[in-house]
Amino acid sequence: MADNKPRITINVCSVGKQWNSKVKSDENKALGDFATLEEINLEIYEGEFLCLLGPSGCGKTTLLNIMAGFERPSSGSVFIDGVEVNEPHPKRITIFQEYALLPWRSVLGNVEFGLEMAHMPKKERQAKARELLDWVGLADVESKMPKELSGGMRQRVAVARSLAVDPDILFMDEPFGALDALTRIRMEEELAGIWLKKKKTIVFVTHDIDESVYLADRIVVLSALPGRIREIIRIDAGRPRDRTSFEFIKLRERVYEALSLGYKKTVEYYL
Amino acid sequence: MTESKRIILSLTGFVSLIAVWQTISSLGIFPQGLLPSPIAVSAAVYELWVRGVLFGHISDSLYRFFAGYALAVMLGVPFGLLTGWSRRFYALFEPLLQILRPISPIAWLPLAILWFGIGNRPTIFIIFLAAFFPVTLSAISAVKNVDPLLLRVARNFGANSKQMLIKIVAPAAFPFLAAGLHMAVGTAWVFLVAGEMVGVRSGLGFLIIDGRNQVRYDLVMASMVIIGLLGLAIDRLMRLLETFILARFGVRRA
Repeated sequence: MADNKPRITINVCSVGKQWNSKVKSDENKALGDFATLEEINLEIYEGEFLCLLGPSGCGKTTLLNIMAGFERPSSGSVFIDGVEVNEPHPKRITIFQEYALLPWRSVLGNVEFGLEMAHMPKKERQAKARELLDWVGLADVESKMPKELSGGMRQRVAVARSLAVDPDILFMDEPFGALDALTRIRMEEELAGIWLKKKKTIVFVTHDIDESVYLADRIVVLSALPGRIREIIRIDAGRPRDRTSFEFIKLRERVYEALSLGYKKTVEYYL
Repeated sequence: MTESKRIILSLTGFVSLIAVWQTISSLGIFPQGLLPSPIAVSAAVYELWVRGVLFGHISDSLYRFFAGYALAVMLGVPFGLLTGWSRRFYALFEPLLQILRPISPIAWLPLAILWFGIGNRPTIFIIFLAAFFPVTLSAISAVKNVDPLLLRVARNFGANSKQMLIKIVAPAAFPFLAAGLHMAVGTAWVFLVAGEMVGVRSGLGFLIIDGRNQVRYDLVMASMVIIGLLGLAIDRLMRLLETFILARFGVRRA
């Protein structure tokens, strides 16, 4: 947060979510996501990189979907810039773990998609799409089909597609979860770079502690059954972050503790 | 299995069938006239060719078939996509489709002749009916099978319902639909014979009826063999098309 007085952009007001067979749509069933949430209150600042961290079933994806407008909360509301969220909006783009590229479109066609939906003329949107592909380092594969690309490249295409419509907020749902460890680290570095340059608000769901410490301004640690906020940890380290530094390791330890995974320092024997 | 081995096996099945058929026919259990041998049937095909009517029958049949099938695809695909997409359309039309579908296309034959008179049109109508239901129903289920994540992405980028249908649902449903079109072509071909039994004076179905009336069972079987071989050719052609479509539109999610 560069400003002295950061502005709140997303306001989550006592959001709860329960599921019963009536509210589960076919879409929910197909995507398999029904964690419960209870009394979530959260303020997210403009330009902030916020991570939602927690074990599976803690509702981090559900919370993200509610913020993104794909899902309605059972109680409470989410406000973005003062307006209640009822449905998704191109100013707030979600990036999924499964990339969700359109398999029948070329890389360029995929990046153009959002602009096409906004009725931008073909020449203009191609130029814009090329600019973004160049930006994510994929200028030379624009005519390839998604299935010809590696997972990391596919996710870069999805990032370029999202940035093309110039959203205010990026919601990212374990975007690097399907990538191998080394690709993942490289993607995290690239994303941190993109975030620094583009100044977007990013809400990032993960269950990877290192990833959250590397990327986040603040980490919201959630507990499961029902999903609640357990703790919010501020990561004050500078950027770019060094994963091997003492500071980084201390911060990591702090998050481990918040998740009750820390090394138990209690004395077990009294001699 | 290697390609050559596969071809050898396929040919072996084919040759064995002819061998068994020829043997039974040579044993003289049935009178020659009632079970013509493969040789007699080949002679009948040759006779049709020499008389110069073979290709006329084939092309008349193919014309009627493709006219009926194309009509079914042109109407069934958009209708099925819409019905699968819109809940209102689905509630309105799905029960009707399920009522009309179990009625055999042959049952429509008397009405078809009443409505369309004699000539190509009743046959085209029968083939249209035979293809329309499988095409429409497979288009409906193709829509229901569209990856919900892609729909989410489209909603996120603000697609309106027209863009959603044209830019997401139709292309995403395409691979599944291609399989349905392939299946329907086989189903419709089966009804060619029935469709040509009344009201026309040419075609492979007519040839069967005509052969029976002349007590020429070699001609009946000749027509059966040609129908079978053409069915195989059409199936392979559709399979090629399907492979091409799958390669282009293939993977569900990427």
